[in-house]
Amino acid sequence: MTNVGYVLTGWLLTAVVLAGYWLRLTIRIRRAERLDDQS
Amino acid sequence: MLFKPVVRRALGWAALIALIALALFGLWGAPPDGYQGDAQRLMYLHVPAAWIAYFAFAITAIASALWLWPRTRATVWDRVAGSSAELGVMFTALTLILGSLWGRPIWGAWWAWDARLVTTAVLFFLYLGYLALRRVPASPDARAKRSAIAALIAFADVPIVHFSVEWWRTLHQQASVFDPAHKTNITGVMAFTLWLGVLAFTLLYIYLLDRRYLLAALEDNFDARQLDQAIKERQAGAGTPGPAPVGQSESEIGR
Repeated sequence: MTNVGYVLTGWLLTAVVLAGYWLRLTIRIRRAERLDDQS
Repeated sequence: MLFKPVVRRALGWAALIALIALALFGLWGAPPDGYQGDAQRLMYLHVPAAWIAYFAFAITAIASALWLWPRTRATVWDRVAGSSAELGVMFTALTLILGSLWGRPIWGAWWAWDARLVTTAVLFFLYLGYLALRRVPASPDARAKRSAIAALIAFADVPIVHFSVEWWRTLHQQASVFDPAHKTNITGVMAFTLWLGVLAFTLLYIYLLDRRYLLAALEDNFDARQLDQAIKERQAGAGTPGPAPVGQSESEIGR
Protein backbone atom coordinates (compact mmCIF):
# COMPACT_ATOMS: atom_id res chain seq x y z
CA MET A 1 0.00 0.00 0.00
CA THR A 2 1.33 3.45 -0.92
CA ASN A 3 0.99 6.45 1.40
CA VAL A 4 0.00 4.01 4.12
CA GLY A 5 0.76 6.51 6.90
CA TYR A 6 -1.74 9.08 5.61
CA VAL A 7 -4.44 6.49 4.86
CA LEU A 8 -4.24 4.70 8.22
CA THR A 9 -3.98 7.98 10.16
CA GLY A 10 -7.14 9.21 8.44
CA TRP A 11 -9.12 6.04 9.10
CA LEU A 12 -7.89 5.69 12.70
CA LEU A 13 -8.53 9.34 13.46
CA THR A 14 -12.07 9.05 12.09
CA ALA A 15 -12.71 5.98 14.24
CA VAL A 16 -11.34 7.72 17.35
CA VAL A 17 -13.35 10.93 16.75
CA LEU A 18 -16.64 9.09 16.12
CA ALA A 19 -16.17 6.60 18.96
CA GLY A 20 -15.03 9.39 21.29
CA TYR A 21 -18.06 11.52 20.49
CA TRP A 22 -20.43 8.58 21.01
CA LEU A 23 -18.76 7.69 24.32
CA ARG A 24 -18.85 11.28 25.60
CA LEU A 25 -22.51 11.55 24.61
CA THR A 26 -23.34 8.27 26.41
CA ILE A 27 -21.55 9.40 29.60
CA ARG A 28 -23.32 12.79 29.54
CA ILE A 29 -26.72 11.14 28.98
CA ARG A 30 -26.18 8.74 31.91
CA ARG A 31 -25.11 11.61 34.16
CA ALA A 32 -28.13 13.70 33.10
CA GLU A 33 -30.48 10.73 33.69
CA ARG A 34 -28.98 10.23 37.16
CA LEU A 35 -29.56 13.91 37.99
CA ASP A 36 -33.08 13.61 36.58
CA ASP A 37 -33.83 10.65 38.87
CA GLN A 38 -32.36 12.40 41.95
CA SER A 39 -34.44 15.55 41.59
CA MET B 1 -35.58 11.12 22.25
CA LEU B 2 -36.82 11.25 18.68
CA PHE B 3 -37.29 7.50 18.15
CA LYS B 4 -38.61 4.57 20.12
CA PRO B 5 -35.86 2.58 21.95
CA VAL B 6 -36.18 -0.38 19.59
CA VAL B 7 -35.75 1.85 16.51
CA ARG B 8 -32.79 3.64 18.12
CA ARG B 9 -31.09 0.33 18.96
CA ALA B 10 -31.67 -0.96 15.42
CA LEU B 11 -30.23 2.27 14.00
CA GLY B 12 -27.15 1.99 16.20
CA TRP B 13 -26.45 -1.60 15.15
CA ALA B 14 -27.14 -0.85 11.48
CA ALA B 15 -24.70 2.10 11.62
CA LEU B 16 -22.03 -0.04 13.29
CA ILE B 17 -22.39 -2.87 10.73
CA ALA B 18 -22.32 -0.37 7.84
CA LEU B 19 -19.18 1.29 9.27
CA ILE B 20 -17.40 -2.08 9.61
CA ALA B 21 -18.39 -2.97 6.02
CA LEU B 22 -17.13 0.45 4.91
CA ALA B 23 -13.75 -0.17 6.58
CA LEU B 24 -13.46 -3.58 4.86
CA PHE B 25 -14.33 -2.22 1.42
CA GLY B 26 -12.52 1.09 1.86
CA LEU B 27 -9.24 -0.42 3.01
CA TRP B 28 -9.24 -3.76 1.15
CA GLY B 29 -12.22 -4.36 -1.17
CA ALA B 30 -11.90 -1.31 -3.41
CA PRO B 31 -8.93 -1.18 -5.79
CA PRO B 32 -6.32 1.61 -5.52
CA ASP B 33 -6.88 4.57 -7.83
CA GLY B 34 -4.95 4.58 -11.10
CA TYR B 35 -3.54 8.10 -10.52
CA GLN B 36 -3.60 8.62 -6.78
CA GLY B 37 -2.86 5.10 -5.59
CA ASP B 38 -3.99 4.17 -2.08
CA ALA B 39 -4.22 7.79 -0.86
CA GLN B 40 -7.56 7.91 -2.66
CA ARG B 41 -8.93 5.52 0.02
CA LEU B 42 -9.42 8.62 2.17
CA MET B 43 -12.16 9.66 -0.26
CA TYR B 44 -14.49 7.00 1.22
CA LEU B 45 -14.48 8.99 4.48
CA HIS B 46 -13.82 12.54 3.28
CA VAL B 47 -16.71 12.77 0.79
CA PRO B 48 -19.41 11.15 3.01
CA ALA B 49 -18.28 13.33 5.96
CA ALA B 50 -18.68 16.45 3.79
CA TRP B 51 -22.10 15.39 2.51
CA ILE B 52 -23.36 14.58 6.00
CA ALA B 53 -22.07 17.94 7.24
CA TYR B 54 -24.15 19.65 4.51
CA PHE B 55 -27.12 17.47 5.45
CA ALA B 56 -26.76 18.22 9.17
CA PHE B 57 -26.64 21.97 8.50
CA ALA B 58 -29.66 21.68 6.19
CA ILE B 59 -31.59 19.95 9.00
CA THR B 60 -30.48 22.75 11.36
CA ALA B 61 -31.74 25.36 8.89
CA ILE B 62 -35.09 23.58 8.34
CA ALA B 63 -35.64 23.05 12.08
CA SER B 64 -34.72 26.71 12.72
CA ALA B 65 -37.22 27.88 10.08
CA LEU B 66 -39.88 25.65 11.65
CA TRP B 67 -39.15 27.22 15.04
CA LEU B 68 -39.36 30.75 13.63
CA TRP B 69 -42.65 30.05 11.83
CA PRO B 70 -45.33 30.76 14.48
CA ARG B 71 -47.63 27.92 13.37
CA THR B 72 -44.97 25.24 13.76
CA ARG B 73 -43.06 26.74 16.70
CA ALA B 74 -42.15 24.04 19.22
CA THR B 75 -39.19 23.30 21.51
CA VAL B 76 -38.50 20.13 19.55
CA TRP B 77 -37.27 22.17 16.55
CA ASP B 78 -34.84 24.20 18.64
CA ARG B 79 -33.38 21.02 20.13
CA VAL B 80 -33.14 19.34 16.71
CA ALA B 81 -31.41 22.45 15.29
CA GLY B 82 -28.82 22.58 18.09
CA SER B 83 -28.20 18.84 18.08
CA SER B 84 -27.81 18.66 14.30
CA ALA B 85 -25.46 21.68 14.25
CA GLU B 86 -23.14 20.01 16.77
CA LEU B 87 -22.98 16.89 14.58
CA GLY B 88 -22.44 19.06 11.51
CA VAL B 89 -19.47 20.75 13.18
CA MET B 90 -17.96 17.37 14.04
CA PHE B 91 -18.37 16.10 10.46
CA THR B 92 -16.99 19.37 9.03
CA ALA B 93 -13.92 19.06 11.29
CA LEU B 94 -13.47 15.48 10.02
CA THR B 95 -13.84 16.70 6.42
CA LEU B 96 -11.11 19.31 6.92
CA ILE B 97 -8.71 16.93 8.70
CA LEU B 98 -9.24 14.11 6.19
CA GLY B 99 -8.88 16.55 3.29
CA SER B 100 -5.61 17.77 4.74
CA LEU B 101 -4.33 14.19 5.12
CA TRP B 102 -5.37 13.45 1.53
CA GLY B 103 -3.95 16.72 0.18
CA ARG B 104 -0.47 16.23 1.62
CA PRO B 105 0.53 13.22 -0.56
CA ILE B 106 -1.45 14.37 -3.65
CA TRP B 107 -0.95 18.16 -3.69
CA GLY B 108 2.22 18.21 -1.61
CA ALA B 109 0.60 20.56 0.93
CA TRP B 110 -1.45 20.17 4.12
CA TRP B 111 -3.40 23.33 3.33
CA ALA B 112 -3.93 25.68 0.40
CA TRP B 113 -5.76 29.02 0.26
CA ASP B 114 -8.20 27.44 -2.16
CA ALA B 115 -11.86 28.49 -2.51
CA ARG B 116 -13.27 25.10 -1.43
CA LEU B 117 -10.94 24.78 1.56
CA VAL B 118 -11.42 28.35 2.75
CA THR B 119 -15.23 28.31 2.42
CA THR B 120 -15.32 24.98 4.29
CA ALA B 121 -13.17 26.42 7.09
CA VAL B 122 -15.50 29.46 7.20
CA LEU B 123 -18.47 27.06 7.47
CA PHE B 124 -16.78 25.31 10.40
CA PHE B 125 -16.18 28.56 12.28
CA LEU B 126 -19.67 29.90 11.48
CA TYR B 127 -21.32 26.91 13.13
CA LEU B 128 -18.79 26.91 15.96
CA GLY B 129 -20.00 30.47 16.57
CA TYR B 130 -23.60 29.23 16.38
CA LEU B 131 -22.88 26.64 19.09
CA ALA B 132 -21.20 29.31 21.23
CA LEU B 133 -24.26 31.55 20.77
CA ARG B 134 -26.50 28.76 22.04
CA ARG B 135 -24.49 28.69 25.27
CA VAL B 136 -24.99 32.39 26.02
CA PRO B 137 -27.44 32.54 28.96
CA ALA B 138 -30.97 33.66 28.04
CA SER B 139 -34.57 32.54 28.35
CA PRO B 140 -35.34 29.44 26.23
CA ASP B 141 -37.38 31.50 23.75
CA ALA B 142 -34.76 34.23 23.35
CA ARG B 143 -32.03 31.64 22.90
CA ALA B 144 -34.07 29.70 20.34
CA LYS B 145 -34.93 32.85 18.38
CA ARG B 146 -31.42 34.23 18.04
CA SER B 147 -30.02 30.74 17.35
CA ALA B 148 -32.59 30.14 14.61
CA ILE B 149 -31.74 33.43 12.90
CA ALA B 150 -28.00 32.71 13.16
CA ALA B 151 -28.51 29.20 11.73
CA LEU B 152 -30.35 30.53 8.69
CA ILE B 153 -27.63 33.13 8.04
CA ALA B 154 -24.85 30.54 8.47
CA PHE B 155 -26.55 28.14 6.04
CA ALA B 156 -25.94 30.62 3.20
CA ASP B 157 -22.34 29.37 3.17
CA VAL B 158 -23.34 25.76 2.31
CA PRO B 159 -24.19 26.39 -1.39
CA ILE B 160 -21.09 28.60 -1.64
CA VAL B 161 -18.95 25.68 -0.40
CA HIS B 162 -20.64 23.25 -2.78
CA PHE B 163 -20.40 25.40 -5.90
CA SER B 164 -17.00 26.94 -5.08
CA VAL B 165 -15.28 24.38 -7.34
CA GLU B 166 -17.49 25.50 -10.24
CA TRP B 167 -17.43 29.25 -9.59
CA TRP B 168 -13.67 29.61 -9.08
CA ARG B 169 -10.56 27.91 -10.39
CA THR B 170 -9.53 25.73 -7.51
CA LEU B 171 -6.86 23.22 -6.58
CA HIS B 172 -9.63 21.05 -5.17
CA GLN B 173 -11.04 18.66 -7.75
CA GLN B 174 -14.49 19.23 -9.23
CA ALA B 175 -17.53 17.06 -8.46
CA SER B 176 -17.00 13.37 -9.23
CA VAL B 177 -20.54 12.13 -8.57
CA PHE B 178 -22.89 15.09 -9.01
CA ASP B 179 -21.01 16.43 -12.01
CA PRO B 180 -22.94 19.29 -13.72
CA ALA B 181 -21.90 17.77 -17.09
CA HIS B 182 -23.75 14.56 -16.03
CA LYS B 183 -20.56 12.57 -16.47
CA THR B 184 -20.05 9.83 -13.88
CA ASN B 185 -16.38 9.75 -12.96
CA ILE B 186 -16.59 6.92 -10.45
CA THR B 187 -17.97 3.43 -11.11
CA GLY B 188 -17.85 -0.22 -9.96
CA VAL B 189 -16.54 -1.19 -6.50
CA MET B 190 -15.25 2.34 -5.92
CA ALA B 191 -18.73 3.82 -6.46
CA PHE B 192 -20.28 1.09 -4.28
CA THR B 193 -17.81 1.83 -1.46
CA LEU B 194 -18.48 5.55 -1.69
CA TRP B 195 -22.26 5.02 -1.44
CA LEU B 196 -21.69 2.57 1.41
CA GLY B 197 -19.82 5.38 3.18
CA VAL B 198 -22.74 7.75 2.61
CA LEU B 199 -25.17 5.14 3.99
CA ALA B 200 -22.99 4.38 7.04
CA PHE B 201 -22.51 8.05 7.90
CA THR B 202 -26.21 8.80 7.37
CA LEU B 203 -27.26 6.00 9.73
CA LEU B 204 -24.68 7.16 12.26
CA TYR B 205 -25.87 10.76 11.95
CA ILE B 206 -29.53 9.78 12.59
CA TYR B 207 -28.54 7.61 15.56
CA LEU B 208 -26.31 10.32 17.10
CA LEU B 209 -28.95 13.01 16.45
CA ASP B 210 -31.44 10.99 18.50
CA ARG B 211 -28.91 10.62 21.36
CA ARG B 212 -27.93 14.30 21.27
CA TYR B 213 -31.60 15.28 21.26
CA LEU B 214 -32.21 13.15 24.35
CA LEU B 215 -29.31 14.86 26.13
CA ALA B 216 -30.64 18.31 25.16
CA ALA B 217 -34.11 17.41 26.50
CA LEU B 218 -32.68 16.10 29.79
CA GLU B 219 -30.52 19.23 30.22
CA ASP B 220 -33.47 21.54 29.44
CA ASN B 221 -35.67 19.74 31.99
CA PHE B 222 -32.93 19.92 34.60
CA ASP B 223 -32.37 23.66 33.98
CA ALA B 224 -36.12 24.32 34.18
CA ARG B 225 -36.38 22.48 37.51
CA GLN B 226 -33.35 24.29 38.91
CA LEU B 227 -34.91 27.61 37.93
CA ASP B 228 -38.25 26.68 39.52
CA GLN B 229 -36.47 25.67 42.70
CA ALA B 230 -34.44 28.90 42.79
CA ILE B 231 -37.60 31.00 42.30
CA LYS B 232 -39.41 29.12 45.11
CA GLU B 233 -36.45 29.57 47.46
CA ARG B 234 -36.29 33.24 46.59
CA GLN B 235 -40.01 33.72 47.16
CA ALA B 236 -39.86 31.86 50.48
CA GLY B 237 -36.87 33.97 51.56
CA ALA B 238 -38.48 37.25 50.52
CA GLY B 239 -41.71 36.46 52.35
CA THR B 240 -40.27 36.01 55.87
CA PRO B 241 -38.11 39.02 56.83
CA GLY B 242 -39.24 42.62 57.16
CA PRO B 243 -37.75 45.55 55.25
CA ALA B 244 -34.05 45.22 54.58
CA PRO B 245 -31.69 47.50 56.48
CA VAL B 246 -30.07 50.26 54.45
CA GLY B 247 -26.98 48.98 52.63
CA GLN B 248 -28.05 45.32 52.53
CA SER B 249 -27.99 44.02 48.98
CA GLU B 250 -30.86 42.13 47.34
CA SER B 251 -28.79 38.97 47.02
CA GLU B 252 -28.05 39.00 50.73
CA ILE B 253 -31.77 39.18 51.48
CA GLY B 254 -32.43 36.07 49.43
CA ARG B 255 -29.87 34.00 51.33
